[in-house]
Amino acid sequence: MKFSYAFPAGLLAASILFAGCGNDNNSNNIGNHSGNEAAATAGAVTNAAAPDASAPAADFTAAIEQYRAYVIEQCDEFVKQTEAFTTAVKTGKLEDAKALYAPARMYYERIEPIAEALGDLDPNIDARENDVDPAEWRGFHKIEQALWQKNSTDGMTGTADQLLKDAQLLRAKVETVDINESLLVTGAVELLNEVSSSKVTGEEERYSHTDLYDFVANVEGAQKIYELLKPELTKKDPSLAQTIGERFDALLAELAPFKSGDGYVSYETLKEDEVRKLSQNLDALAEPLSNMGTILGV
Amino acid sequence: MKPTDNNDAKGAPIFDKKLSRREMLRLTGASGLGLLLGGSSVGGILAAREATGRAASAPQVSSADVIPFYGSHQAGILTPAQNFLCFAAFDLTTTRLADVQKLLQSWTAAAAALTSGSLIGSANDNPNLPPTDTGEADGLTPSKCTLTFGVGPAMFDGRFGLAAKRPSTLADLPPFAGDSLEPQWCGGDLCVQACADDMQVAFHAIRNLARIARGTAVLRWTQEGFQRTGNADPKGGTPRNLLGFKDGTGNPDVTDDAEMREVVWCGSESPAWMQGGTYMAVRRVRLRIEVWDRSTLSDQEATFGRHRQSGAPIGATDEFAKLNLEAADAEGKPVIPPDSHSALAHGDGTVKMLRRSYSFSSGMDLTTGQLDAGLLFISFQKDLVKQFVSIQKRLSKNDRLNEYMVHTGSAVFACFPGVREGGYIGETLLG
Repeated sequence: MKFSYAFPAGLLAASILFAGCGNDNNSNNIGNHSGNEAAATAGAVTNAAAPDASAPAADFTAAIEQYRAYVIEQCDEFVKQTEAFTTAVKTGKLEDAKALYAPARMYYERIEPIAEALGDLDPNIDARENDVDPAEWRGFHKIEQALWQKNSTDGMTGTADQLLKDAQLLRAKVETVDINESLLVTGAVELLNEVSSSKVTGEEERYSHTDLYDFVANVEGAQKIYELLKPELTKKDPSLAQTIGERFDALLAELAPFKSGDGYVSYETLKEDEVRKLSQNLDALAEPLSNMGTILGV
Repeated sequence: MKPTDNNDAKGAPIFDKKLSRREMLRLTGASGLGLLLGGSSVGGILAAREATGRAASAPQVSSADVIPFYGSHQAGILTPAQNFLCFAAFDLTTTRLADVQKLLQSWTAAAAALTSGSLIGSANDNPNLPPTDTGEADGLTPSKCTLTFGVGPAMFDGRFGLAAKRPSTLADLPPFAGDSLEPQWCGGDLCVQACADDMQVAFHAIRNLARIARGTAVLRWTQEGFQRTGNADPKGGTPRNLLGFKDGTGNPDVTDDAEMREVVWCGSESPAWMQGGTYMAVRRVRLRIEVWDRSTLSDQEATFGRHRQSGAPIGATDEFAKLNLEAADAEGKPVIPPDSHSALAHGDGTVKMLRRSYSFSSGMDLTTGQLDAGLLFISFQKDLVKQFVSIQKRLSKNDRLNEYMVHTGSAVFACFPGVREGGYIGETLLG
């Protein structure tokens, strides 16, 4: 996910040169309407992004600092909520544990790409049954299986202790993550990809069916990043910024009817066409969001 | 322009220029890599480019491989059926007419690129962005790709203020005897028929158009189709359907302009925005293959009214012999059963339509273990009611073939007239 600037700088030089050739090559190409447009646009974009003293590079310092603060805040809350959850598990309070499970996870789901950048933490906290070797399976979903499938907290003390330790380790390590603008851009898309590949299908929370909590949290995490990058994005491509904003609104409006009290309805209650509509709204948002990289120059 | 301009090779000079742009894009990518590896000077870049140019095995593109996108009619209608089909029906998710216009403008620009074998859009070499073209057709020939666009009757409901513009012939088809329609194979606000001699090229087109539509329209249903390829049948005989019979022998002659104006192209009797366009009927017909495979050859031939091997009408030897529905055997019984498929489809011969169907195979029916295969029937006509509906009514009541098939999907679309360069598809309706 981390981004090296050596690579694009090399490509940049080549692109400028050949975008120029491309235009020459196409200057008498009257028949190729779209080709001309495409070549012209490519040339324009490349030139605009060339290292030029008169065009100040975007400054992401503030956005990165604000995102770091957000991640730490989410992590703090994640540890707190996980502690309450694991305590309920260890003291055999089944119903309490079930109630605390999904809300605690939301803090994690909002910043999941950060955890993924930290080695084994993500599988330790969030692996599903067939993601890892059965002997190594631990974390939230192992407890989820016990709570909903076996309807019991029996034998989960060790797993609960381990989960809290992993959550605390995440909190400690998160200070060290090297957050840069590229991580922000890709992180936002990854959050939505998470929804697209496992939440929308109901695979993530296969025992508790609390997928909508994760769904919403992933979207909120992506929205946070978008909000932080929005000022730069608006400078660079106002219509893209507006489109993304509108599509977040559309997706959140699509999710709203599934709210129930402080949480969300069981994913099992959603009808096939409701799931499809959510998925399509998600794709409609993720597509322009994946173009936020336009603010990174080149 | 002649009505057939989309279907001949007159666009060759234009294409040659397009190819040079395509080469350019490809070489730019390749030499960019050369630079990264070698860290060389400008001279080095040029040298790398030259070398790549010589080494590159550019696809052998001939002008016969390109069906021009622009013209007075849309391509993919009179165009001799390519090897593969990827059909998609879309639902609009917007209620703003301006969004629909924008979508069709974007689709037009993309279609011009897709049918000429160019990459879509300008962001294909920016490392920070997803490429605007998904790339799986990069380096492939255009493969006679055609994209044919249409709007369904649903477009003329209250959403876009177009109700007054709905042509009277454009309405959901009436129920036919024996229909077993499933909603997941029916209707749609928009359709795109992508045909090409390469499935990957056709799929690439639909995938990218669906991608461009995100936020404005979503896929409602899709169906891939095939027929024998040009390689399998270099003589280009009438294709056989999955029941083993030649299908399309009785089609009108697409090279006969007068007949095409008579049968296919809308003229002054139509709303102005549809003149030069045509109406498409699409039916997803599941064939009861297992049942068919147990019926005798004579039953099969009586069902179609034709000989299986030659495709000729029963009693004749030439595939293209006229259907003689009067012919009787020694006992006075008609040689061609009156309830056979060809007899009923032919009727008195006054009503015609242009069929352009493809076979499909969608794997296995999980409930029965039988093949889920059949025919994506597609026909073009200037009047759905007078042509498709009247013929289908006749067939649905009596056709012997009904025993071996079930209609599971149904949709109709108004396929716009062709588009000129600088314009966009659907402009006559939305502009």
